[in-house]
Amino acid sequence: MAAYAIRRLLMLIPVLLGMSIIVFSIIHAIPGDPAEVILGEKASEESKQALRLELGLDKPWLEQYGIYMQNLLSGDLGNSIRTRAPIVEEMLPYLAATLELTVVSMLIAVFVGVNAGILSAWRQNSWFDYMSMLIALIGVSMPIFWLGLMEQWVFALELKWLPSSGRMNVRDPVEAVTHLYIIDSMLAGRWDQLWTVIKHLILPGIALGTIPMAIIARMTRSSMLEVMRSDYIRTARAKGLAQFFVVYKHALKNALIPVVTVIGLQTGQLLGGAVLTETIFAWPGIGRYIFDAISFRDYPVIQSGILVIAFIFVIINLLVDLLYAKLDPRIKYR
Amino acid sequence: MRKWKSVAMSMIMAISLSLVGCSGGADPAQETSGGNTTQDGGTSQPAESAASTQDTLIVGRGGDSSALDMSIVTDGESSKIGQQIYETLLDYKEGTTEVVPALAETYEVSDDGLTYTFKLRQGVKFHDGTDFNAEAVVFNFMRWHDPNSEYKFEGDSFDYYNSMFGPPDNRVIKEVKAVDEHTVQFVLNKPQAPFLQNVAMPFFGIASPTAIKEKKEKFKEEPVGTGPFMFQEWKRNDSITLVKNPNYWQEGLPKLEKIIVRSIPDNSARLTALQAGEIDLMEGLNPDDLTIVENNPDLQKFTRPSFNVGYVGFNLKKKPFDNKLVRQALNHAVNKEALIQAFYAGQAIPAVNPMPPVLLGYNDEIQDYPYDLEKAKELLAQAGYPNGFEEEFVFYAMPVPRPYMPNGQKVAEALQAEFAKIGVKTRIESPEWAVYLDDTQKGEKDHIFMLGWQGDNGDPDNFLYTLLDKDTIGSNNYSFYANDELHEILSAAQAETNQDKRAELYKQAQVIIKEDAPWIPLVHSTPLLAGKANLKGYVPSPTGSESYANVYFE
Repeated sequence: MAAYAIRRLLMLIPVLLGMSIIVFSIIHAIPGDPAEVILGEKASEESKQALRLELGLDKPWLEQYGIYMQNLLSGDLGNSIRTRAPIVEEMLPYLAATLELTVVSMLIAVFVGVNAGILSAWRQNSWFDYMSMLIALIGVSMPIFWLGLMEQWVFALELKWLPSSGRMNVRDPVEAVTHLYIIDSMLAGRWDQLWTVIKHLILPGIALGTIPMAIIARMTRSSMLEVMRSDYIRTARAKGLAQFFVVYKHALKNALIPVVTVIGLQTGQLLGGAVLTETIFAWPGIGRYIFDAISFRDYPVIQSGILVIAFIFVIINLLVDLLYAKLDPRIKYR
Repeated sequence: MRKWKSVAMSMIMAISLSLVGCSGGADPAQETSGGNTTQDGGTSQPAESAASTQDTLIVGRGGDSSALDMSIVTDGESSKIGQQIYETLLDYKEGTTEVVPALAETYEVSDDGLTYTFKLRQGVKFHDGTDFNAEAVVFNFMRWHDPNSEYKFEGDSFDYYNSMFGPPDNRVIKEVKAVDEHTVQFVLNKPQAPFLQNVAMPFFGIASPTAIKEKKEKFKEEPVGTGPFMFQEWKRNDSITLVKNPNYWQEGLPKLEKIIVRSIPDNSARLTALQAGEIDLMEGLNPDDLTIVENNPDLQKFTRPSFNVGYVGFNLKKKPFDNKLVRQALNHAVNKEALIQAFYAGQAIPAVNPMPPVLLGYNDEIQDYPYDLEKAKELLAQAGYPNGFEEEFVFYAMPVPRPYMPNGQKVAEALQAEFAKIGVKTRIESPEWAVYLDDTQKGEKDHIFMLGWQGDNGDPDNFLYTLLDKDTIGSNNYSFYANDELHEILSAAQAETNQDKRAELYKQAQVIIKEDAPWIPLVHSTPLLAGKANLKGYVPSPTGSESYANVYFE
C-alpha cells in the first residue's frame, strides 16, 4: 500500500510538468497584452514598453518558462503582475476561502445526495423516487448564477434569514490566522462570529453543492439498484434481516464504491470551477482569483493558480484510489 | 412496521433538507433592516452604535484595489481607497473638477509658467506621527521622478507620473525643491497648462517618507498618508477597513469612525446586499434597477456628474470609412435620445462633442447631426454609394459594461438596425476585453467599434488630445484620425497658460472634429449609485472617486 502511494505521488511530477507546459503555452498564445490591460487604456506607449521590459514579457516564452520553473523549484511562485505582491502569500487566503466553501458544499451534497439516492433506490418508482430524481434533474441543469440570485432574493432579501454575500460580519471581524474562518473564529473564542461564518456559508454552499448533489443522488440510486439485485442482498433479505440494515449496512458499502469516485471528481472540480458562485456571493476564492488574473493577463498568477489546483486535483484522485482499495479489498493495486 | 420505517426515513430526508434550507433562522429581533442596527447575517452591532447613530460606513463596489501605493496604480478602485488615506497638494472641489487648495494652502505661478511655488499647510501630521513638510513633498516627487530611485521597488512603475509629467527622457518637471520647511518649488522644463489639474489627481497623494523607507515593498499593502482615514486591514478581494484619523487637520472631520469597503462583483447581488442592509452605499447601480431604489423609502439614489463619453468610432484605416461623407451619413443615422431611454434608463445626455459639457472650453454652439435617415442616404449618394454597400462591415461591440456603456451588445444591435436602414450592413463581434482593446488598437479587424473614456484630471486636453490627436495614434486614438490643423491647435493649447485663450483653442478644435466626424459621440452618462436613505453628506465626484470625510448617518 505504502509503495503504491509513493509510486502514485512520484507520478505527479510528470503530470504537473506537462500541465505547466500546456498552461504556459496556452496563456502566451491568447492575444492581449498584459501591459495594456494593467495600465489601462490611459497609459502611454513608453510606460507600457517599460512595464513589458520589467516583467520580462519581451523575452521568448521558452525563456520565460525556464525562469518561471527555476523560481518554482526554489519555492517562489513569482509576483502578481497586477498587485505586484508575492503569489505564495497572496494565494493562501483565496485557497482557504475556497477550501472552506468546497468542504461545506460537499458535506451538503454528499449527505443529501447519498441519502436521497438510497431512498430512491429503496422505494423505486415511489412518489419520493420520482420527486427526488426530478429535483436531481433540475439540479444538474440549473444555471448556478440564477440559483444563487434566487437564493439571495428569497433567503436574504425576503425572509432575511441569511446574509447574501461575504464570509463573516465585517464590522467586527476576527483575526485571520488559518483563513478558514470557522477555525479562526473558534481560535479567537468568538462564538458569535462562528455562527455568522456558518450562516455565510449556507447559501453559497447550497449553490455550489447543487450540481454535485444531483449527480451523487443519481449515481447512488443506480448503483444501489444494481447492488440490491445481487444475490447476497437477496440472501440477507431471505434471512429476515430488517430492511434498514440490509440497505444501510450491506448494500451501501458496495454501492458507495463508484459514488466515492464521483465525490472525488466533483470535489476537484468545485475547487477550480467555482467562479460563478464566488462572484455572486462575493466569495474571495481561488476561482475568482484565477478568473481575475485571466482578464488581466496576469501570467504568473494564472500559471501558479492552475498548477496549484491541478496539484490538489491529483492529490484528491490519489486519495480516492486509496479509499477505493480500502472499500473493496479485491481491487489490487498494481 | 415497514411503513413506519419508511416514514422515519422520509423524516430524516426532510430534516436534512430543511437543515440545509433554514439553519439560519435566527431570531428576528436581530434582523431589523434599514435602521441603525444594520446586521450582517444577524449579528447585532456593538451596543453603543446601535443606540445612537451609525458610525461605520460599509461601501460595496465591483472590484478590489490592486495596490494602495497610489503612485504605482492606475485603476479607479485603488484611487477610491487612496482618496481616504492620502491627500494631494491641491484637490478638486466637492462634486466638480475645479482645483482648490488641500495640503498646499496657496500657490504662485511665475509669468513664464515655468515655476510653481506652493505654500504648505502647517501642523499636518502623517498617520505614523511624522511631520508633513516640504521635505516630504520633495521625497515623494523625487521618488517618482528619478528612474534610479532606491524607493522604486521591484515590479513598480510610476505610470501616472510618467503619463502626466512625461517619461524619464522627456519630463515636464525639471526639479522639485524645498525652499524652506513649508515652501516647495516646482521648476518645469516647459510650460504645462493642465499642471495644477494634474497635481490634484489622487495618484499624486503625498505618502509618509518614513513609512516608505521602513516598510519598503510592504508599503503598497500598508499605506500611510495624511488623509481623514487610516488604513487598518486588507482582505484581498473581500474588504478593506479604514479607521478615523483622530489627528486630522480639518476640525470635526471625518464624521465616521470606520469605513469598510467590500468587493461584491455582481451588480444585482450588490443591490441585494444593500436592500438587506449588509452595505450602506453601493457603486455601479444598473440603470434598469433604478426603479427598485426609487420605490424603496429606505434607499436613495446618487448620481455622479457626467465626466465621460461613450462613442462609436470609425476605423479610418479602412475603406469606406476614410471618406468623411460616409462618416457624416452614419452620424445622421443615430437616434441618441432613443438609445438613452432604452439603455441608460434616461440617465445620460446625448453627446455632441468628444468631451462632456462640464469641461473648460466646451463648445455649446456646435449643432449635432440630427437624426435624419433621408439626409444620411443623400450623403451616402454624394459619397458615391447611392445604394449603400454590398460588404458587411465588422462592428466591434464592448464585451464589458462600463459607466458610459452599460450594455455594449444591445446598443450595438440597435445601431446595427439603424445603419441597415441606410444600406450599411454590419456584423457585430464582441471578443473578450483584452483582445478587444488589442484589436481595436491595431485596427486590422474592425471597421466600426465602440469605446468610451472617463476623464482623469478635469482638463479638455485629457479628452481631445488624448483621444483624437495624431500623436496618440497607436495608443488612445483608435480611429487612426490625423488632422494637422487640429494637431497644431491642440499643441498650442497645451502650452498656453491663459485659460481663456485655451478655452478658445479647444472650441476651435471641436469645430474641426465635428466636421471630420471620426466618431459618433453617443452619450455622456451619469453613473448611478444608491445608498441608505439616512446617509448624508455624500457628494460623488465626476472623477470617479471622492473622500468620505463628510459622510455621516442621520
